[in-house]
Amino acid sequence: MRFLINGQPVEVDVDMRTSLLDLLRDHLNLHGSKKGCNQGACGACTVLADGERILSCLALAVQYQGREITTIEGIAEDGQMHPLQRAFIEHDGFQCGYCTPGQICSAIGMAAEAKRGMPSHMTRDLGAEFITLDRHEVRERMSGNICRCGAYNGIVNAISEVFVEAE
Amino acid sequence: MNPFTYARAEQAEDALKLAEAQGARFLGGGTNLVDLMRETIERPQSLVDVTGLSAAIEETSAGGLRIGAAARNSAVAEHRLVRTLYPVLSRALLAGASGQIRNMATLGGNIMQRTRCAYFYDDDGSRCNKRTPGQGCDAAEGFNRYHAILGASPSCVATHASDMCVALAVLDAVIHLRSPRGERTVPFVDFHRLPGETPQVETVLEPGELILTVELPANPIAKRSTYRKVRDRSSYAFALVSVAAALELDGGKVKDVRLALGGVAHKPWRALRAEEALRGREATPENFRAAAGAELIDAKPLRYNAFKIELAARTITAVLQELAEEAQ
Ligand SMILES: Cc1cc2nc3c(=O)[nH]c(=O)nc-3n(C[C@H](O)[C@H](O)[C@H](O)COP(=O)(O)OP(=O)(O)OC[C@H]3O[C@@H](n4cnc5c(N)ncnc54)[C@H](O)[C@@H]3O)c2cc1C
Ligand code: FES
Ligand code: FES
Repeated sequence: MRFLINGQPVEVDVDMRTSLLDLLRDHLNLHGSKKGCNQGACGACTVLADGERILSCLALAVQYQGREITTIEGIAEDGQMHPLQRAFIEHDGFQCGYCTPGQICSAIGMAAEAKRGMPSHMTRDLGAEFITLDRHEVRERMSGNICRCGAYNGIVNAISEVFVEAE
Repeated sequence: MNPFTYARAEQAEDALKLAEAQGARFLGGGTNLVDLMRETIERPQSLVDVTGLSAAIEETSAGGLRIGAAARNSAVAEHRLVRTLYPVLSRALLAGASGQIRNMATLGGNIMQRTRCAYFYDDDGSRCNKRTPGQGCDAAEGFNRYHAILGASPSCVATHASDMCVALAVLDAVIHLRSPRGERTVPFVDFHRLPGETPQVETVLEPGELILTVELPANPIAKRSTYRKVRDRSSYAFALVSVAAALELDGGKVKDVRLALGGVAHKPWRALRAEEALRGREATPENFRAAAGAELIDAKPLRYNAFKIELAARTITAVLQELAEEAQ
């Protein structure tokens, strides 16, 4: 099977049953994406496919050939940390760090959704053209990423610093 | 997970051909099927990927909306016309699962998703008539807080887990199906079945039959519609009870109403009795509550879920009241 991962084309011979997560971790040595639950409940395995956040544990790798996959290892640019990575450090957005790669990939996908006007469960006016990402919106949109250490305040602060427009 | 072969279909014809293989199943986003395959509750021998089929969301000549089965849940929730003409559908989708799952899940897969009953998932520990027909149901006398209060049977007390489907039930949606024998349409409310003695048969879809599209008829009442979901945490949890409703008033009276419930039955539950009880009546909380009572009169609590009856009545009343206030 052929994939495009963090800008690199790769060709690997894997069993049809391989999930995208196992492909990354067990075959491509990309251990950033984490396996928390392996059943869609925790978000630790979140990666971006063509910029959209998805759960790599529920994705069969075979379905994602030809899509551009970005993992936490591909977030930094030119050796410079992504602003969100830096903000996680500044705001103590993690304790053990297990959920962090998923949180960061998810937040990047989330910010793009909000930017193009995607409403959420918290959005009052479905007809609105623009979304104002306040803390309630951020919490709702990030609810698919569980942090067992409970570092949520730091996580929301970090995301807010980078993506929430000052009101 | 058992081994399987995989093929991607580019056209509905290809999908139907490929689905003739022994033990073939269609694959959408995989968020339900892959999980169940990993648990070996589902054991397809071949997967036919249908995510490349129509995902279009387009207006029909009759002024309604047609949505391809491969449309992602997030794409439907986000669509301008869905948000303005059928807000209940956007709201229901946005109340379901997580941002990541909604980006993967398809319309067809959401409709066909299987119950989240813990006994159904507990492959080696419990009996379940859905998994192994005739085996018995451990949920009936077990921890059944999440289970059905309406339309259940001694063989199965599971609920249908979808939020989106509750909205489709209220919108009088129609499903377009295709099999090697041809195409047919089924009203959405007749698509899912009550369990009876064959709870393993969850829909009227025949083996190898494909969901092509879902059509939403034009209906002005749908513009005044909403969805409310009551759950154990404020996000990312399945419904204990949910209500989809649309309401149109004439003066202070109910001119027309649509109501459906989620989390209470083996299928999305269209509340026709409550609708009937409301048409032509004053739009008051007392009448809303009475209509809820008319719907729930046959509700049968299990050991741990009697609270759902009162919860459903209150949620129906609150949602109708919210819509009535908006209309005035
Ligand atoms: C952690 C978690 C939380 C969730 N929370 C919620 C929630 O709160 N509310 C909610 O509503 N849902 C929830 N879901 C369920 C989710 O909505 C479903 O898993 C999803 O909609 C299934 O869509 P899919 O495309 O991934 O389906 P798949 O998993 O690919 O397929 C599901 C079924 O549909 C069949 N199928 C797919 N397409 C077609 C077609 N065109 N024709 C015929 N059959 C077809 C497949 O054969 C399979 O049997 C949750 C899921 C997870 C994992
Ligand atoms: S590992 Fe994928 S959601 Fe938990
Ligand atoms: S930092 Fe430990 S799980 Fe989130």
